Amino acid sequence: MPATSVAPSAQRILGLYATMARIRAFEEATDRAAKEGLVTGAAHLSIGQEAVAAGICGNLRRTDLITSTHRGHGHTLAKGADPLAMMRELFGRAGGTSDGKGGSMHIADFSVGMLGANGIVAAGLPIAAGVAQGKRLLGEDVVVACFFGDGAVNRGPFLEGLNWARIYDLPVLFVCEDNRYAARTRTGDMTGGPGPAARAQSLGVPAHAIDGNDIMALDALAGRLVEDMRPGGGPQFIHALTYRQRGHTVADPGTWRPADERAEFMEHDQMRIARRFLIENDVAMADIDAVETAAGDEMAVVYDTAKDSAWPAAELAARDVQDIGGPA
Amino acid sequence: MSKMSYRDASLAALHEEMRRDPAVWALGEDIADGGVFGQYHGLIEEFGASRIVSTPISESCIMGAAVGAAMVGTRPIVELRFADFALCAMDEMINQAAKARYMFGGQARVPVVIRQPVGMWRSSAAQHSQSLESWYVHVPGLVVLAPGTPADNRGLLKAAIRCDDPVIYMEHKDSWDMTGEVPDDDDEVTPIGVARIDRPGDDVTIVTWSGALQVARQAADAAADKGISAEIVDLRSLWPWDQDAVFGSVEKTGRLLVMHEAVKVCGFGAETAATVTETMGDALRSPARRLGAPRIPIPYAPPLEDLCRVRVADVMTIFEEMKL
Repeated sequence: MPATSVAPSAQRILGLYATMARIRAFEEATDRAAKEGLVTGAAHLSIGQEAVAAGICGNLRRTDLITSTHRGHGHTLAKGADPLAMMRELFGRAGGTSDGKGGSMHIADFSVGMLGANGIVAAGLPIAAGVAQGKRLLGEDVVVACFFGDGAVNRGPFLEGLNWARIYDLPVLFVCEDNRYAARTRTGDMTGGPGPAARAQSLGVPAHAIDGNDIMALDALAGRLVEDMRPGGGPQFIHALTYRQRGHTVADPGTWRPADERAEFMEHDQMRIARRFLIENDVAMADIDAVETAAGDEMAVVYDTAKDSAWPAAELAARDVQDIGGPA
Repeated sequence: MSKMSYRDASLAALHEEMRRDPAVWALGEDIADGGVFGQYHGLIEEFGASRIVSTPISESCIMGAAVGAAMVGTRPIVELRFADFALCAMDEMINQAAKARYMFGGQARVPVVIRQPVGMWRSSAAQHSQSLESWYVHVPGLVVLAPGTPADNRGLLKAAIRCDDPVIYMEHKDSWDMTGEVPDDDDEVTPIGVARIDRPGDDVTIVTWSGALQVARQAADAAADKGISAEIVDLRSLWPWDQDAVFGSVEKTGRLLVMHEAVKVCGFGAETAATVTETMGDALRSPARRLGAPRIPIPYAPPLEDLCRVRVADVMTIFEEMKL
């Protein structure tokens, strides 16, 4: 069936599906690289969670801003960063997003509004609030999306950041990407009360719980909320329930979780859900496959190119420490 | 020059720098109401609630929000009220503010001034009295300033606000009412990393900063009565610190005493004494010495609290041991 007869809504989802496919291909390449010793530090994969990154960032402008987490490759890619620069960063090579000085946990691309992954859980909430406050002071209307995991809801900055965005009425879209595990611990076992959305509501931040594996629902919700927040709207909160298909890091196969739980979520995989929707909406299978093939091909080139990239020059180690009192 | 208090000198700096640059703003508890020590008095009238932002008691978010706002082009002045409370914002200061520029490969700058008043202030006890400057000097990425006079509290605060690096700015709580001559010129800032010879002398070098400067002055007076000429070097900037000024003074006197209010163990005096010894130990006519607080929490009762203070008598004892 020619693409011209496909409804705009399905075309849009096909575009988001392409983002998800690129993230998954990037993460698979990262996993392979880690096993081959090319990723020397920790890397946290977002396989199984791609829809959250694609659905939120797909509703942001280039001038909008995001903060991310230690599991931030997907957010970075979805916001528009160059995957080659990202992969070089993971490999610690010259030409990486941070000159190879940050690695996976400090991936950032300010040129596309991605203000940094963070190795500290929940650190992004206060930062995102301040980004929105700073932009308001400068007279610039932007929306700030703040990604964090379910583990973050048990740290103090979660409360402080939400309260802050509420009292100053800041346009921050808080996105709790709940993959059900905080490192190796089931988050539900460590979280009192009815959960993240209720905590946000208790601070006066409107909260919306959603199936984080359903890209169609995510896209619709994010679109509506971002529209409401622009310009001048206050904070919103999304609790997106998803599943981390892999372990905590690339070094963790994640097989310690119950087999039936993993099987259930492999079945509820967001790529499958999206494919089903696309097929039901007259997108040709060949077009869907072409998107996946293109993503795989792109990341294969990224992998090979990053692998052949040089190490950073030694003098970079002492650069960008500080202007005054930096290394001589 | 005008005579003004250490507090009013900092207020003058804020007025001048906030007029000069609309991206400068301040945030912290009670600051729209003047701040806990009156060091923001009246700013709300001129600059309004969008630039003088009173906040909840949320130290992590005060500091974290400042990091975010700084990364997108504003210049926040963070008021943490007491250096002791700053510890609630350690992640945001150390893992975020100090490292964002480096770990993002130079994509970010974090031009924040982090004001955190330090020091003993009668009977404020263990959680409102600390001087933790050496902790911050240890962290790459931070500038650490500790003004000891009204003139420097204006000039260094102005320099800190104009600095593109995160600056830990430590005012001494016992100094707010101290008065002194302060320059009037808008453009006169105190350069960061340059020490000030508070008093010239020939026999011994006293390196000090912040509240201990006052004790050093009294000790130098007492020493003068005994015919000992002490030179006082007020570092005022702890990172970077003015090694040349210290070396030059020790070259002349051949004796070094570093005195500070902070705990002596691992205090910045250790760094100063070690650097002088490594670099020019042969010039020392007697071993480099340090004076600081004992390694105990600051007690409440005045006679016990006084045991934590560096005293003139201790300086005189050290001078005797130096055979002065």
